[in-house]
Amino acid sequence: MLDAEILARIQFAFTISFHIIFPSFTIGLASFLFVLEALWLRTRDDAYLALYKFWVKIFALAFGMGVVSGIVMSYQFGTNWGPFSEFTGGVIGPLMAYEVLSAFFLEAGFLGIMLFGLNRVGPKLHFTATTMVAVGTLFSAFWILSANSWMQTPDGYMIENGRAVVTSWWDAIFNPSFPYRLVHMVLAAFLTTALVVGAVGAWHLLRDRQNRPARIMFSMAMWMAAIVAPIQIVAGDMHGLNTLEHQPAKVAAMEGHFDTQNGAPLILFGWPDMAAEETRYALEIPKLGSMILTHDWHGKITGLKDFAPEDRPNATIVFWTFRVMVGMGILMALLGVVSLFARLRKTLFSCVWLHRFALVMGPSGFVAILAGWFTTEIGRQPWVVYGVMRTSDAGSPIAPTAIAGSLIAFVIVYTIVFGVGTAYILRAMNHDPRHAHAPKDEVLRAGGRTVAAQNPPQAGE
Amino acid sequence: MDYQLIWVLLIAVAVFAYVTLDGFDLGIGILFAVIKDPKKRGRMMNTVAPIWDGNETWLVLGGGGLYAAFPKAYSLLMTAFYIPVFAMLLALVFRGVAFEFRFKSQNHQKHWDFAFSAGSIIAAAMQGAMLGAFIEGISVENGRFVGGAMDWLSPFSIFCATAVVVGYALLGTGWLIMKMEGDFQGSLRRLAKPAVIWMAANLGVVSLMTTYVNPAYATRWFDMPNMLMLAPIPLITAALLFWLWHAVSHREKTVFGITLGIFFLSYLGFGITLYPNIVPPMITFREAAAPDNSLSFMLVGAAILLPVIFAYTAYAYWVFRGKVGDEGYH
Ligand code: HDD
Ligand code: HEM
Ligand code: HEM
Repeated sequence: MLDAEILARIQFAFTISFHIIFPSFTIGLASFLFVLEALWLRTRDDAYLALYKFWVKIFALAFGMGVVSGIVMSYQFGTNWGPFSEFTGGVIGPLMAYEVLSAFFLEAGFLGIMLFGLNRVGPKLHFTATTMVAVGTLFSAFWILSANSWMQTPDGYMIENGRAVVTSWWDAIFNPSFPYRLVHMVLAAFLTTALVVGAVGAWHLLRDRQNRPARIMFSMAMWMAAIVAPIQIVAGDMHGLNTLEHQPAKVAAMEGHFDTQNGAPLILFGWPDMAAEETRYALEIPKLGSMILTHDWHGKITGLKDFAPEDRPNATIVFWTFRVMVGMGILMALLGVVSLFARLRKTLFSCVWLHRFALVMGPSGFVAILAGWFTTEIGRQPWVVYGVMRTSDAGSPIAPTAIAGSLIAFVIVYTIVFGVGTAYILRAMNHDPRHAHAPKDEVLRAGGRTVAAQNPPQAGE
Repeated sequence: MDYQLIWVLLIAVAVFAYVTLDGFDLGIGILFAVIKDPKKRGRMMNTVAPIWDGNETWLVLGGGGLYAAFPKAYSLLMTAFYIPVFAMLLALVFRGVAFEFRFKSQNHQKHWDFAFSAGSIIAAAMQGAMLGAFIEGISVENGRFVGGAMDWLSPFSIFCATAVVVGYALLGTGWLIMKMEGDFQGSLRRLAKPAVIWMAANLGVVSLMTTYVNPAYATRWFDMPNMLMLAPIPLITAALLFWLWHAVSHREKTVFGITLGIFFLSYLGFGITLYPNIVPPMITFREAAAPDNSLSFMLVGAAILLPVIFAYTAYAYWVFRGKVGDEGYH
């Protein structure tokens, strides 16, 4: 049955899932552009400038879509979750206000110079602008993840007159799950971007393995995969241990454990059945579950049956989204390892199946990020603020028809707009990076503000 | 310190910054409805492409600030304005992506121009409608919104919607007169003339209607000694309108400046009418405020960061100063 609550949840899930796709890409890409421009300024090697110009066009598109879908998010707290906003306004509100003041303005203020100002301000100031935009995306991640983590593991507050009042800002901002979530998410964004860059590099290498900019980007991306993917696996494991401490029901759902047991197995695959309270068709490795989560072969793992039925998250979904994420992580690490071997054997730029592998892994970061967020957020249910406020008490008094109407409008508009945007991005990726900058950039390389300074110049063609 | 008062003023400033800054770039989208030449449209877009994102960030600060400083008002207003808020946001999606898409598309530039224009008009109209509905007031009982999803729609709110569209178009025209040269500037001037009259009429009608909507608003303006003290506001506004009428044909930069002045005085009048309510007709900003320690915590950030924001925003405007031609951009 579709009541107002479930519709509002679907709407929130739909809009944020669209939104997060763009930040996960732009956070990483902004830092990548920062590195490219720094390399260009240092070496004055035109290949880096070409790469910068190639990716900045894609960045502009993705960033624009990130901004418009983000503005929607900031209003949705009030439209769909009025009582939640009232309750948490004193805690989450200031965190988001800091995000606007320290991150959004910074990004927006320097974005124009980054995209159109190269010829107006000269390379040094332009590099400052790129830096500011990159820093802004990271500030943004800091504050919004702090807000989200507070909903997962609230701390540093008390309840007064039916609303949350902060008692310690330090504890509220650096709440117990925040450091883990921040590290895990920022690494996720870097990895996601690296995989996209790697796939685009591979695509151009498959056409012409002499393509120098393509070689550079492919090599950089493979370094990232080889180094960051293993780190991410370790960070994820630590994140999980933190979750076990604060949200045991979520971990039980992720692992598909219904019964509390000592020396619990690791269930690789299966079908957690919420009604029957068991995981069907389980394929398991004895005792490994306890080993991973408690670092003891006989450690005790709490199962879902220890929680009242109305306090259990949906294990069927969470079990699977978690496995999708972990699976992607393992594949990414595999790609990194394979690329290291290819590098050793000097076949990094000629190994066709490595390029094909990197190509299909292009979207894997997005898949992992969405799967990870679904695990986190659905695993938090039935609470919107864990242990404090139930999702069913958080919704605005809006007629289901109004919510359904706006949900349909979102589905239609987002599908069209972001579908077209993605097509433009793919088209831009398909251009040969060697042609990314036109002769009129000569002016710029001379470093001067000459005639071209009269024109508002370009992010690309 | 009176944190609640400081924050209601800061949010008022953020909303005003939004209205004027995004006002002129929405205005450019509105003008697309009458200026069809693709080359001119390209130039118009170029004048705002590097800065529109910064302009729209004030909207995020207005909404985010309201959530943080007056959560109860945020929750009630967003719930009451559910439909116009979403209509506005979706319209902003279309016009926001149009900036990039217009230049990336090979065969669909016309469609994105339409999206830009329609998006700007709808966003402006929804803001106007919410303004009207806000003045008329919202049904609240026991701190909960008890009205219907369509309460915001009324003859008054529809009138306000048109008024805001015209006002933004005029701001956009003023901006373009400053940024353009030659024939195009001339045709903008001709366009501005009737818009000034239209805007003057709108201001008069909205002001008078406001005093009918709620007797308390009338007392605020027409009782002695208020009437004498507040009289300068309408009088200066009228003077500015006359000046604008002249400036439109002879001046380059002042047109935009005077229009900003008119917006400021109207906004001031609006604030005076409603003070101290944040959810008219009953809930004051004090009742809706977040705990003092949230307000003071944010004030530290605002005091440090707002001046920095003003500085680099001004720098960005300065970098892109001067006339804009049709070369360049993408
Ligand atoms: C981990 C990162 C992250 C996450 C979880 C979110 N965002 Fe976001 N958001 C960003 C990272 C980001 C970003 C990187 O700063 C932007 C800038 C452009 C882009 O692509 O993403 C962005 C843009 C952006 C904007 C536009 C800013 C502007 O005007 O320039 C708003 C209002 C929001 N977001 C609001 C939200 C809300 C309310 C969220 C949660 C419910 C949210 N974002 C989740
Ligand atoms: C960025 C990636 C994110 C994704 C993909 C995501 C995904 C989701 C999903 C799938 C739901 C619905 C869960 C359900 O109802 O079963 C949800 C709910 C929600 N999320 Fe997130 N989320 C993200 C980030 C955030 C952040 C950063 C915040 C706040 C600071 C947030 C706040 C909420 C709220 C308020 C709800 C609605 C109440 C609820 O259903 O629990 N989310 N999100
Ligand atoms: C392979 C090893 C990985 C492990 C063990 C792991 C572990 C976890 C755990 C336990 C959570 C849930 C935390 C909670 O809800 O409290 C989580 C969430 C998440 N994961 Fe992973 N993860 C791995 C790989 C990845 C990869 C490769 C990505 C993306 C590139 C990724 C992206 C995310 C995101 C975006 C979230 C949601 C935000 C958060 O709670 O941090 N993960 N991960």
